[in-house]
Amino acid sequence: MAKIIVVTSGKGGVGKTTTSASFATGLALRGHKTVVIDFDVGLRNLDLIMGCERRVVFDFVNVITKEANLKQALIKDKRIDNLYVLAASQTRDKDALSQAGVGRVLEELSEDFEYIICDSPAGIEKGALMAMYYADEAVVVTNPEVSSVRDSDRVLGILASKTQRAEKGERVKEHLVLTRYVPSRVAEGEMLSVEDVCEILAIDLLGVIPESEDVLNASNSGVPVVLNEESKPGLAYGDMVDRFLGEDRPHRFLEAEKKGFLNRLLGK
Amino acid sequence: MPDFSAQTAATDAVEFKGRMLTLSVLKLNSADLNQTEPALAAKVQRAADFFRNMPVLLDVAVDGIDLPPLVEMLRRYGLVPVAVFQPSAAVATQAAQAGLGVINDPKAARKAEATVAESSAESASAQPITAAAPPAKAARNATKVVSDPVRSGQQVYARGGDLVVLGAVSPGAEVLADGNIHVYGALRGRALAGVQGDESARIFCRELSAELVSVAGCYKISEDINAKLAGRAAQIFLEGERLEIAPL
Ligand SMILES: Nc1ncnc2c1ncn2[C@@H]1O[C@H](COP(=O)(O)OP(=O)(O)OP(=O)(O)O)[C@@H](O)[C@H]1O
Ligand SMILES: [Mg+2]
Repeated sequence: MAKIIVVTSGKGGVGKTTTSASFATGLALRGHKTVVIDFDVGLRNLDLIMGCERRVVFDFVNVITKEANLKQALIKDKRIDNLYVLAASQTRDKDALSQAGVGRVLEELSEDFEYIICDSPAGIEKGALMAMYYADEAVVVTNPEVSSVRDSDRVLGILASKTQRAEKGERVKEHLVLTRYVPSRVAEGEMLSVEDVCEILAIDLLGVIPESEDVLNASNSGVPVVLNEESKPGLAYGDMVDRFLGEDRPHRFLEAEKKGFLNRLLGK
Repeated sequence: MPDFSAQTAATDAVEFKGRMLTLSVLKLNSADLNQTEPALAAKVQRAADFFRNMPVLLDVAVDGIDLPPLVEMLRRYGLVPVAVFQPSAAVATQAAQAGLGVINDPKAARKAEATVAESSAESASAQPITAAAPPAKAARNATKVVSDPVRSGQQVYARGGDLVVLGAVSPGAEVLADGNIHVYGALRGRALAGVQGDESARIFCRELSAELVSVAGCYKISEDINAKLAGRAAQIFLEGERLEIAPL
């Protein structure tokens, strides 16, 4: 039986797709057979970040409507064994997702995979509800700013009431990933700190991902940033995956960097 | 009315649900719109978001009010008048014409009972006090304890009793109780105690950062809460008609 994990946030543009791509890639790199599904029907983003946009023939909606079977729609990653992508449809709208259809596809994937990562669209409407409904665990992606934290809080409430687990009186296990973190701005009081966010949301902190242009560069080249082990966000995502798998990893990149002698020497 | 009896209606298309709500009461102390309008405008201006689309119950405390222009004026300010509270016969007729409901106070009867009970207790003061206790206990509902944080968008209501929240109440969340409310995390959302009118109800919290606090319908919004108390342990209670907030 696979573990189904939704990556969700409420607010848009906070880094859900970036996180889904690196999380799934990290799990596969560590030997776990993983599929990542783009629930953002109509927008299609994940395949770009995963670098497989030119190999999409059939998508998630095609499988739901039985126009294609899973074998035809699953895109195998070229770099990493064990990693598959199920792309979103660009031509359909959200109504193409039916709860029963999503359930059937997830069930079929469960037989074959260890982890199913669901990249949720923004908002708390149908698409987002569909992405979280069958989840066993949730990765809530938040930026260190008030509106994002507020939306995440809202989403946590929905996870506790509108999911299949909630209906059965069980819990969806919640994890927090704080992205686009800029320690120097936190020090200046312009951004919420890790402690602030954890205090408000009161859930387990799985990772803190620093703001870095490496993320955009990685997206543009279609290589999930976790594969770039020279970059801080890459390392931070790697730590996040290790922690998820039960390893003990201290949080890094939380302090503002002192422009020290060594950094100047390295021209950083 | 059209006759639907021939159709096979899906009976679950509508549902009546016994749901109790708190309604803000707008008490009208003047029949003169030229007086009420500027007074209302001043109040609404201070918290436009709070008043927008807020359903209100009209309590007409004066004679000779003309309801239709008043209702029209209230709607212009974003309020949604839904009913008139214990109106005179004349106002009740106007309310019906204006499409408003009429609400009579179930408490009025109860209050009368309570007074009777009190005075009889006084006259029999020699009796042991415990004699009166058992029935009161039996009427009291169990305390509702919530151990998860109350998140934005969620609402928790302890009907007939007290509410204890062990975690935080987030901004955008709402906790209500017929009795007292205790919040052991930070209170950042809205807390309404005594929503059925119990004026002795109180709110206790470890960290007061509420958007709104209310006891028996008397409320304060965050900008009216003394900044000195912000973030501190506090209790909120009614002193006569005034809502008091005191440090703990
Ligand atoms: N750690 C980071 N540092 C810098 N930029 C980042 C970081 N994380 C995400 N971004 C950028 O933020 C933008 C939004 O990211 P992403 O598409 O992952 O968000 P999303 O939550 O999936 O958005 P949507 O709600 O539209 O689906 C992208 O341009 C991405 O490159
Ligand atoms: Mg996205």
